[in-house]
Amino acid sequence: MLGRPFGVPNDAAFQRRVLLAALQLLTREQGPVLEDFADNAPPDTQAAPEGLSCPVNFPSVRKEGDLAQNLADECSQLQAWHALATQYRAGNTLGVTGLAPEALVQYVCAWLAGNPPAKCRADLSEGEALKHACDELRAFYTEAKAMQPGTHTTASMQHWFWRETVAGAATIALRQIAAASSDPSLKAVAVQSLVPRAVEALP
Amino acid sequence: MVRLADLAQSDRDNMLKKIPTLPKFTARPWVTGAPLKARRVAIVTTAGLHTRGDRPFGAGAMDYRVIPGNAQANDLVMSHMSVNFDRTGFQQDWNVAFPLDRLRELARDGVIGSAAGYHYAFMGAVSPVTDYEGKAKELAQHLQADKVDAVLLSPV
Repeated sequence: MLGRPFGVPNDAAFQRRVLLAALQLLTREQGPVLEDFADNAPPDTQAAPEGLSCPVNFPSVRKEGDLAQNLADECSQLQAWHALATQYRAGNTLGVTGLAPEALVQYVCAWLAGNPPAKCRADLSEGEALKHACDELRAFYTEAKAMQPGTHTTASMQHWFWRETVAGAATIALRQIAAASSDPSLKAVAVQSLVPRAVEALP
Repeated sequence: MVRLADLAQSDRDNMLKKIPTLPKFTARPWVTGAPLKARRVAIVTTAGLHTRGDRPFGAGAMDYRVIPGNAQANDLVMSHMSVNFDRTGFQQDWNVAFPLDRLRELARDGVIGSAAGYHYAFMGAVSPVTDYEGKAKELAQHLQADKVDAVLLSPV
């Protein structure tokens, strides 16, 4: 799977074997060497951590119509899970845009409403800022989802985000907005940086 | 680790169409070096990683970010512009893309000599790959100054 050259998360033994196999190529007397690692990666299934409880109920929230309001509601309901994930992992991977999750939602909602907000970082183009905001919103979702009870796979996470969440639908809508923009930086991210090819190829 | 057969058709096609852009090698240079247990190893990743306070990568970025050797998992964030690879693994364990914990363990166990004082991150996916040459040569000087004599290239 792209994105995981050393195998699955939290499998130190397998990661070490991959690393060691790569480094040992340096000890060959002759080369260059091009060699496959023989073993497949361990199964891509992750059970949510046990012994943790999230003290909030999560009713289904999707309503007809208002994508922005539904997105805000959905994020609000995931907040407790994300807080739990942050506590469990002693941190999280948000931090590129400098926006807290609530601010990320506002930022995305402003784009959806046709009122592009000020860039979240002055050192980025409009397109780059929007792309990083969308990525961070998705990270917020998947970090939260990983804490929910059950067994998760990368495929199930991807299906959940892109096919079942308001945020997935919002990102796809933003892709269309970016594609229609006259700003070249927005057109560029619309083509290749907001929605995965594999998701676009789905019927 | 990643086999073409395991990729979605759209991702596989994208990989294959890059083949004509790859550099042609006219020589087969190879050098031998010290045994692994005496080597100082750095990681150079193309995962678009950087410390939280550093500049995010932007579209087409070919420069690199410096990752201190004492960095911890929560010190790093990912700002790769590509959306076509999994990030959920990195979110749970940075070692799937940037195996610094594993490298430190190899150093602790005496399998390698030491882990470098600094590691580096590019954002991959810029084509043609030869456009990185200037920055790669610059980076090589930093590695030499750090007495690094083995580099692990870690893609995503």
